[in-house]
Amino acid sequence: MELFNAIGIEKRYANHLALNNVSIHVPKGSIYGLLGPNGAGKTTLIRIINQITAPDKGELIYNGRKFKAEDIYNIGYLPEERGLYKKMKVGEQALYLARLKGIPKQEAMKRLHYWFNKFEMQAWWNKKVEELSKGMQQKVQFIVTILHEPGLLIFDEPFSGFDPINTRLLKQEILNLRDKGATVIFSTHNMESVEELCDHITLINKSETLLEGKINDIRQEYKSNIFEIQYIGLPENLEHAINNSFEVLENKSEREINLAKIKIDDKKSSNELLSKLIPHVQIKSFKELIPGMNEIFIKAVEAS
Amino acid sequence: MSKISLIIAREYMTRVRKKSFLIMSILGPILFAALMVVPVWLSQVEDKEEKIIAVIEYSENNQPVPDSLMMFKGVIPDKEYLRFEYLGNTRLEDMKLALPQSDYYAVLFIPHNVYTSETVEFYTKKQPSLGIESHITRSLEKYIQDTKLIKKNIPVDVLASVQTNINFKTIKLEKGGYQEQNLQNLKRGVGYGAAFLLYFFIFFFGAQVMRGVIEEKTNRIVEVIVSSVKPFQLMMGKIVGIGLVGLTQFLFWVIFTFALTTAAQHFVLGPEVPPAEQLAPKSIFEAGNVPADQITPQTSNAEFSGFLDDLKGVNFIVIIGSFLFYFMGGYLLYGSFFAAIGSAVDNEADTQQFMLPVTIPLIISILVMVNAITNPEGEIAFWFSVIPLTSPVVMMARIPFGVPWTEVLTSMVVLVITIIGSVWLAGKIYRTGILMYGKKVSYKEIWKWIRFKY
Repeated sequence: MELFNAIGIEKRYANHLALNNVSIHVPKGSIYGLLGPNGAGKTTLIRIINQITAPDKGELIYNGRKFKAEDIYNIGYLPEERGLYKKMKVGEQALYLARLKGIPKQEAMKRLHYWFNKFEMQAWWNKKVEELSKGMQQKVQFIVTILHEPGLLIFDEPFSGFDPINTRLLKQEILNLRDKGATVIFSTHNMESVEELCDHITLINKSETLLEGKINDIRQEYKSNIFEIQYIGLPENLEHAINNSFEVLENKSEREINLAKIKIDDKKSSNELLSKLIPHVQIKSFKELIPGMNEIFIKAVEAS
Repeated sequence: MSKISLIIAREYMTRVRKKSFLIMSILGPILFAALMVVPVWLSQVEDKEEKIIAVIEYSENNQPVPDSLMMFKGVIPDKEYLRFEYLGNTRLEDMKLALPQSDYYAVLFIPHNVYTSETVEFYTKKQPSLGIESHITRSLEKYIQDTKLIKKNIPVDVLASVQTNINFKTIKLEKGGYQEQNLQNLKRGVGYGAAFLLYFFIFFFGAQVMRGVIEEKTNRIVEVIVSSVKPFQLMMGKIVGIGLVGLTQFLFWVIFTFALTTAAQHFVLGPEVPPAEQLAPKSIFEAGNVPADQITPQTSNAEFSGFLDDLKGVNFIVIIGSFLFYFMGGYLLYGSFFAAIGSAVDNEADTQQFMLPVTIPLIISILVMVNAITNPEGEIAFWFSVIPLTSPVVMMARIPFGVPWTEVLTSMVVLVITIIGSVWLAGKIYRTGILMYGKKVSYKEIWKWIRFKY
């Protein structure tokens, strides 16, 4: 069941097309990655979802019906350019924003204390926002975004400006939120985080969708039937065993264990390869090489 | 707590807690009190330097009169810092020469023909103050008049009984037989002050609305907040919150000014201020006999306490009440424009082109206001106090003079209707503008936003 759909979104600015027929389908309880090079149109799409700008064409579906203005209250949005009042104190501001979301004062205080404790930020409570570093401000903003426990969370570049420790902390929290039932859409350039977190992705380039779907399906789609084999035995024995019935891309000695990469064409199976090899070399490992998101990203963008 | 009241509370609290608010609250009334007290104080301080004036009298044969025969001896009473020494047998030429080196402030020369020529000569090192001049002439006039009358055989007691002093009181007749003491100059001052303060408040707090809106827009905080509240709530919350800051400031000023003026009155004049009526000018017969140190402090106090009495003739309840109304009205009107401008631009530098049409009516109000305090019932004053863009400032200038309630009501109703319109319009501009970035906004563009249907 999909929580949110954007169908055929088109957005035109004065002299360029920011989004051309872009659709996303976000299943309930999933983490959805919006990928794309700089200027591809990710932020425009996020701003359309958040009702900040209106699309010229296309429609937004929420929970199986047309998106209503009130649905915005069930979205937690972390914009890329963080927005906090610079001169206001951290705690006071967090409380203000929480109460604007409709959380009663007592409850808001309780939740804020929970999160400030968890992120070890208690000491910041009476500091002004402008006294905090960029990363610290971002943590404050993250808490404010999720505090009202919305069904749909939208993070625009959530990891930019974070050190590796805080990035890990944030990733863990995003997974926790998903496990508690939230649906997450986030945009990023960080492919590592995509592989770790996302169930589904959309890759946008130059205002158009290049790829959309389950991350595993996409990676399967991009695989080229190459298998990596670690074995013991002479490399010549392996070449001999294959006898040109498979394409050997690489075959080299690495100390005691040798490594080979072999492409299997569509007509043959991995078992056929194995049965040819087994009599001649001792197999230590045998695995299919599935491309990483980084590779797919570059390949897809360059091909378009 | 509803969302809009949360916004109002934030806008209010963050501003009221600022140091600059406290400084303004204290400095404002001090300035106002100073404006009222300092002139009086200065006039007293000015004469703190002991001044001695030599008085010389010449006889018919154009020779100095000996001390024992001086007719004008003691005629001009001393004041606290002003003494008169009557020099017999002293030649004017000698005194004129000696004056620069002497301790005398000036030489007053009374010629023998003073009764006919009505002229005395005053030789001085510095330009005498108006106070000294009028003190001398008034004393001499009085003495000479009385002397002339006595020469015509009019008895002294008759003279005392005919002593008359005309106080010029203008009574303005209103419809309904209602009378009011006309204190034109004071009312002009109050009208001018109130109108100018109103102008300042509208500009000052209106600009704060604009700056606040720009801050939220450039911070992108608005993108987060519009998922919690409607843009209109955010705009109104800001306008109302800052407006309350303005009212608080004004109330502080009224209370502090009152306290300071009372305190100043206490310290400058001493605890007991004699009523002005008891200090009516005295006749020569008393003046000559009253010891100098008794009369002097009272006369200078009379001016100030008279001024305070005059202040009581101005209806401050009505003035403060109208100020509050016209401040709220003018502020809401212009505040909504300022909010709309703030939402349409990306930074403060871009506000120029939109500021002009908003500031022009305000500046016109000030120009018309200057006219209105001299002619509060003229055509110009009337029309500009009904036209909503100028009515707050211009009407405020007219209020101290008394304006028919029908005119005030018309002006208020027109203002309120215009405010509803301007807030509605500003809301339309705001909701589109506040979320629009990186676009150079023109009037044409804004017109498009106004016609957007949601």
